[in-house]
Amino acid sequence: MGFYLVQFLTGLSDASALFLVACGLSLIFGVLRIVNLAHGSFYMLGAYIAFSLIAYLPQGAFFFWTGILLAALIVGLVGVILEVFLLRRLYSAPELFILFATFGVVLMVQDLSRWLFGAEDILGQMAPGLEGSIDIMGTLLPQYDIALIVIAPLILVGLWLLLNRTRWGILVRAATEDREMSSALGVNQTWLFTTVFFLGSCLAGLGGAVQLPKGGANLLMDLNMIAAAFVIVVVGGMGSIPGAYLASVIIGQLNSFGVLIFPQSTLFLMFLAMAVVLTIRPHGLFGEIEAEEHAAAQTAGTVLKPASKKVRLLGLILLILIFVLPVFVGQFTLVLMTEIALFALVSMSLYFLMTGGMVTFGHAAFFGGGAYSAALLVHHLQTPMELAIFFAPLAVGLLALIIGWFCVRLSGVYFAILTLAFAQICWSVVFQWAEFTGGDDGLLTIWPSKWASEKIVFYYLTMVLCIGGILLLRFFIFTPFGYTMRACRDSALRVDSIGINLRRHQWLAFAIAGVFAGLAGGVYVFSKGSVFPDEMAIPRSFDFLFMVLLGGVETLFGPVAGSAAYTWLHDKIARFDFWQLAIGCIFIFLVVAFPRGIAGSVHNRFGKFFED
Amino acid sequence: MADILEVHHLYKAFGGVKAVVDVSFNLKDGQLLAMIGPNGAGKSTCFNLINGQLRPDHGDIFIMGKNVNGSKPRDVWNLGVGRTFQITSTFASMSVLENVQMAQLSYYKRTKSLLQKVGRLYVDESMALLKLLGIEDQAERACGVLAYGDLKRVELAVALANKPKLLLMDEPTAGMGPSEAQNLMELTKDIVHTQNIGVLFTEHDMAVVFNHADRIIVLNRGELAAEGTPDEVQANEKVKEIYLGHGEPAGIGKKELIPADSKEA
Amino acid sequence: MPADSQDIMLKVEGLNTFYGKAQILFDMVLEVKRGEVNVLLGRNGAGKTTTLKSIMGIVAPKSGTITFKGKAINGLPPFKTCALGLGYVPEDRRIFSRLSILENFEVGKQTPREGLEPWTPERLFELFPNLGERRHHAGGTLSGGEQQMLTIARTLMGNPEMIILDEPSEGLAPVIVEQLAQTIQRLKSEGVSMLLAEQNLNFARTVCDRAYIVYLGRTHHESAIDNLSQQAYEKYCAL
Repeated sequence: MGFYLVQFLTGLSDASALFLVACGLSLIFGVLRIVNLAHGSFYMLGAYIAFSLIAYLPQGAFFFWTGILLAALIVGLVGVILEVFLLRRLYSAPELFILFATFGVVLMVQDLSRWLFGAEDILGQMAPGLEGSIDIMGTLLPQYDIALIVIAPLILVGLWLLLNRTRWGILVRAATEDREMSSALGVNQTWLFTTVFFLGSCLAGLGGAVQLPKGGANLLMDLNMIAAAFVIVVVGGMGSIPGAYLASVIIGQLNSFGVLIFPQSTLFLMFLAMAVVLTIRPHGLFGEIEAEEHAAAQTAGTVLKPASKKVRLLGLILLILIFVLPVFVGQFTLVLMTEIALFALVSMSLYFLMTGGMVTFGHAAFFGGGAYSAALLVHHLQTPMELAIFFAPLAVGLLALIIGWFCVRLSGVYFAILTLAFAQICWSVVFQWAEFTGGDDGLLTIWPSKWASEKIVFYYLTMVLCIGGILLLRFFIFTPFGYTMRACRDSALRVDSIGINLRRHQWLAFAIAGVFAGLAGGVYVFSKGSVFPDEMAIPRSFDFLFMVLLGGVETLFGPVAGSAAYTWLHDKIARFDFWQLAIGCIFIFLVVAFPRGIAGSVHNRFGKFFED
Repeated sequence: MADILEVHHLYKAFGGVKAVVDVSFNLKDGQLLAMIGPNGAGKSTCFNLINGQLRPDHGDIFIMGKNVNGSKPRDVWNLGVGRTFQITSTFASMSVLENVQMAQLSYYKRTKSLLQKVGRLYVDESMALLKLLGIEDQAERACGVLAYGDLKRVELAVALANKPKLLLMDEPTAGMGPSEAQNLMELTKDIVHTQNIGVLFTEHDMAVVFNHADRIIVLNRGELAAEGTPDEVQANEKVKEIYLGHGEPAGIGKKELIPADSKEA
Repeated sequence: MPADSQDIMLKVEGLNTFYGKAQILFDMVLEVKRGEVNVLLGRNGAGKTTTLKSIMGIVAPKSGTITFKGKAINGLPPFKTCALGLGYVPEDRRIFSRLSILENFEVGKQTPREGLEPWTPERLFELFPNLGERRHHAGGTLSGGEQQMLTIARTLMGNPEMIILDEPSEGLAPVIVEQLAQTIQRLKSEGVSMLLAEQNLNFARTVCDRAYIVYLGRTHHESAIDNLSQQAYEKYCAL
């Protein structure tokens, strides 16, 4: 009995940090209408900064808690800097670009943290006066857990008072409902946005700081937390702070008791909880139905035309080049080209989804899913390469059907968040279930069949599959189904009013995209000979998104160009120690400077030349 | 034969605001029924209840004898209803022709086909519709760049692609010049009478309404204030009252809304 | 500063506004003198709302000048326009439905202005007794008439010297319209200037001094409301 009670209390104390981060995220989204992916990074910063401050300040309970609060304030100030110098420039840009810029910040904070605080996991200091444990019916509970259990409801009540009893809170609630009107009533939105961002960032920093004695600090905290916070926000209902608390408690308890039932992956239970809630209440426990339609990320107005003769000629020349390339270049270039082709296929499948207005942040789940399906077949069942490559896309198609069933119920940013949460869950299953998937060590020695083991043969095999896949996806865009997808993106209301079931088409598209990304993953694993959980992680999803964006979302050729440019760039930059910092800077720079992407810009400038 | 559209005791409130209060009416095929009323009278709400975009709080709607209460807009379309929007809502990244083709693809249940390109599918049928509406020369242009009046015609072409028995038109001439509006309604009337379609339309332009409607219903503050032929409605005292100040020539020069003695607060 | 320019509260000259590529306003011209209540008359889609939104800074005009109390306000964000003493009552009311009446007031609150008795919730409840009875109720639960009163009261909390009202009589029962007219006359007697957009001519006649007829994004006709030419009205505004 005591054991279960302690387990319950541990769950409650786990919920604290989750709640602090999630309610900050929710608050910021409510007023600024942006999803700050760097919110998890603020949580991580909070932990690192608190650790440094406590180490620097004199000993004792007073200075310990001073250090925690100071850390939260410093993170709040970092948030203000981000809002004032970056986000403020982007408020009128499409949602997708803002999300992208914040992901650039995630990468930068990653490397900066590694540089400032080191790559080793840090064990947090104990809270003075709360080092011991208390005995609950024979089971021990750390005293600090009690402190955590108390903190979350205190913050909840404090926030409630702030939002309901102060002028600032009333202005925040008014802006959440109607920003334009509150501006017309004399409320300075710029100032309000900055203060809200400050508070939200403080809460994330506080979350990181208070969990320090319990969980310490490490470089995986940011993405783990952002995924968990998204799940909480989606389960609790976007913008609802009590909902965030309830959801945090539910997730905390699932983690706590889940270990007993399903030790391989507690995150899998999180997935189940989210699935159940979303099936019953698509907008979360306390969420309200969003009245406004989120604007599609793509600028509509350009009619897609079949390739002109000149473009076809260009494509033909490219094809010939690809096939004669092995004569002129070394193995290293062939390997790079193989990779580019595989990524181009994944990007194309992502682009295919985006023509239907579905911007997924979890495409790595499909790519990595394909890689792992093939690798697991080889590893556990000694399946030959040909069969493994055949089954990988089918397995991923099934996965996509399951994930898609939930995701297509939502649209816009909600859709994106949900796909990201699902992808992170897939990653965690692979990461945690070491007996089956090899965990962090990955699966090794997954080599091609003998006939394809020569680099040059594998190069041709990859090219045939990838070019075939890309052309097929391109063909799909011009079929009735492809037209319907574009119609879904242009106007959901209109699609519904001409008798089309939008969700069902989007679901099918999700599965198709999954199959092609899974095919790429299946081939990829044989080209590398191994697979690691990184292939499913969030940064991988953003790599693919970035390839599409880099290529420009308005052209069919874009994903291919973007994949080539990005893979080449990555290959050059990844040799540096702090390459994520560089990539992060490039992300932000490109988003601010070229919102139409490379191919889009070329199309702008030279589009006339390619017309018949 | 049953009426093509029957509306029984419809109610809808938004929070404390009663938008539609106990509205009942019906529509026979081949007939043009205009729904008029001042701004905020509940026309749009009533309209959106019928097309499935909103759910009524109470009441029933029958389309061709089938109760569509709680149906989604796509179910309503699949019953054979065409619809045009007040604020045009076309697929902006598609050409005019493709917009109509899209509606044809839906009508022929081909939207899940992955085996052939759209290309010339249903082009002849779609072009015939565009020709009927006089915009065949706009076929290749993107809807995003079209003039407003032409967009309204595209909307009508899309609605007609469903070979509808009932046509719902929300402010079909909003934003058009007077002669263009009359032309479009003339055209609509021709099509409707030859194809025996029932039409319900909301309209703020009284010239259009009185020249083209077979019957008129008048809404005011959510309630059905009057119903009848254009002549009957024009002679109705209650309607005159509702529209006082809205251009009844008799209204000019008088200040009868508020008695002089009540002006001081 | 010449004497007559001080009397001019709001002056709009050569205003051109676009939504995307579509031009909505063409060289719009209008003027409101201190203490005057003027009205823009016109059909749906004539450009009345866009004119008012351009003045407030909610949509950015492409060219033209807007002067308020002798100060150029084009290009200012709405909250600055509002802080100068120009209040805005939108067409669709846009009350904060999840906030109580008192909280709605709080959003509109601005510092008192010299020479004007500041508006307080108590003073407003005197003017709108219905609102006083339901001061803790959420805005979304109010009836249409109450919401219209709330949106005006909320704007008054900003102690404006001039108010812009977009179709205030739309969709209201005659008795409420009457109450609204009295409110406007009361505010006028306190020296508040106003610019209305209206389709209801009789209502405009009871409360307004001068009328501008707006048609297809231009001001077509201007006169004292009592001298409004019937022909002009019928041509551009009548149904």
